[in-house]
Amino acid sequence: MDKFFTAVRLDEDLCKGCINCIKRCPTQAIRVRNGKAVITKKFCIDCGECIRICPHHAKLAVYDSLDVMNDYEYTVALPAPSLYGQFNNLEDINIVLTALKRLGFDDVYEVSGAAELASELSRKYVKDHPEKWPLISTACPSVVRLIRARFPNLIEHLLPIKAPVDIAAAIARKRAMKATGLPSEKIGIIFISPCAAKVSAVKTPLGYEKSDVDAVVAIKDVYPRLLNFMKDIEENQEIEDLTISGKIGISWGGSGGEAGGLLTDSYLAADGIENVIRVLEDLEDQKIPALEFIELNACNGGCVGGVLTVENPFVAKVKLKRLRKYQPVARNHIKKEEIQDPFWTGGVQYEPVFNLGSDIKESIEMMAKVEELCDKFPGLDCGSCGAPTCKALAEDVVRGVASEKDCIHILRQYIHKISDEISTLDSHHTVMPEERNKD
Amino acid sequence: MLNDELHLSYQILGDDFTRAGEASSDVKHKLKMMGISPETVRRVAIAMYEGEINMVIHADGGTIDVIISPSEVKLILKDKGPGIADIELAMQEGYSTAPDNIRSLGFGAGMGLSNMKKYTDEMDIETELGVGTTVTMTIKI
Repeated sequence: MDKFFTAVRLDEDLCKGCINCIKRCPTQAIRVRNGKAVITKKFCIDCGECIRICPHHAKLAVYDSLDVMNDYEYTVALPAPSLYGQFNNLEDINIVLTALKRLGFDDVYEVSGAAELASELSRKYVKDHPEKWPLISTACPSVVRLIRARFPNLIEHLLPIKAPVDIAAAIARKRAMKATGLPSEKIGIIFISPCAAKVSAVKTPLGYEKSDVDAVVAIKDVYPRLLNFMKDIEENQEIEDLTISGKIGISWGGSGGEAGGLLTDSYLAADGIENVIRVLEDLEDQKIPALEFIELNACNGGCVGGVLTVENPFVAKVKLKRLRKYQPVARNHIKKEEIQDPFWTGGVQYEPVFNLGSDIKESIEMMAKVEELCDKFPGLDCGSCGAPTCKALAEDVVRGVASEKDCIHILRQYIHKISDEISTLDSHHTVMPEERNKD
Repeated sequence: MLNDELHLSYQILGDDFTRAGEASSDVKHKLKMMGISPETVRRVAIAMYEGEINMVIHADGGTIDVIISPSEVKLILKDKGPGIADIELAMQEGYSTAPDNIRSLGFGAGMGLSNMKKYTDEMDIETELGVGTTVTMTIKI
């Protein structure tokens, strides 16, 4: 699988070639070329900003449809804790979980349950590794992809523990195999996801070889179908007792939840991709005072802000808060026989995708040209050339993927120059009236 | 200008803590794009940031010239500030002349010059009281 796989796609028919996405993309991965947006895959970190901003809904996330359930003999749904924040007046998580079974899943295993195990493991890991402080959370795949491409000096700080969904998937698979006697390939472990980045994370995990998740479906697809079942389940009091979540697990659905589970005050939690970048820049420059842990989520509000959710992230956070109120702190604890390989098996490699030249000498020459072009361009960052800023266009020109005259201001100057030349040329060939009079 | 050197120049404003660090951040981005090793980028970024902050706090700003060649990064920080009375003392970790209001912002820990020395291969300070200071730092690539 391509290590630069991304879950964002363009619907060319809907794309009008406007500049909204190129301006919003935090890694400047998008250009408008020939009137359509083009994503440079190796720059994309799957943050979903372009999907959010596109007024024409031309940016799409790829994920599995619910029909994927039919591909397996036995299926287990792994609901993300953010799912619970989508419903109005939800009193009991069991109603959602029972509805998932009605929808056709054979069993459910809450990601929030595994999140509590991840919290317990992280707590110990952070305590045992002061030399790596601050450890940076790795649950958000966009953040890990961002660090891989832009913050090589921070790779060593990444918390090498699998994301809760992957820990959940491994446990769910083992349990399902034991309960049914079926071979692994006949069991479908299906994540109900708030975000598209998880699609990429499942196909091409960073830090480990393979994810146990078989398919990723969107909360927004599952949501309307669950509503019908939920009403019925509640009315007929057919609620099954399925939930295994405590406060800590549910809290992972919003920003600050993961850090809260570490039971330390020595942390910082930032959400929203621009804020995440600011924290990483400052961390790299050693501007952040000593902390044990840094939680970063690409989406505003944390996972509840994912592009595949339906509710306003801040409202969803309030709902999660209410749901966890009467829960015990944690209900899941590590038992050796159940949790297998929760740690990363490999490292994350720096991918210098933004490099200009193939060596330093060439890069210096290219950067000098970028500077020269930046002085020439008007600095309006108008986006008319298809690049988000004049500087980005300058880099594109130097990389050989755009032309100076893509800048409409440069083009206008050029046209003026040509028309001036033509008119001078013209005056040599026509006899002026004054000259005629002289005769 | 030689073809294999890149010259960058920055104006630093005094007492502007919102913009402090913009210049070193820009240099950091450029060095990363030029394929310079992450460790070298880190050293340049920290040394330059410390120098930049010093100019903001003590010298009412100044200029920073950055010269990048395939073998080294040279940082020349020039200001028309008060000058450094005792360089040896100023180099000591923990020694600072920053006033309390600056310290309350989290600056002025007395690590600036010592960090600059620590992260660079060569550092030279020319200073004259009442005239200004020029710090030249070299980081080998």
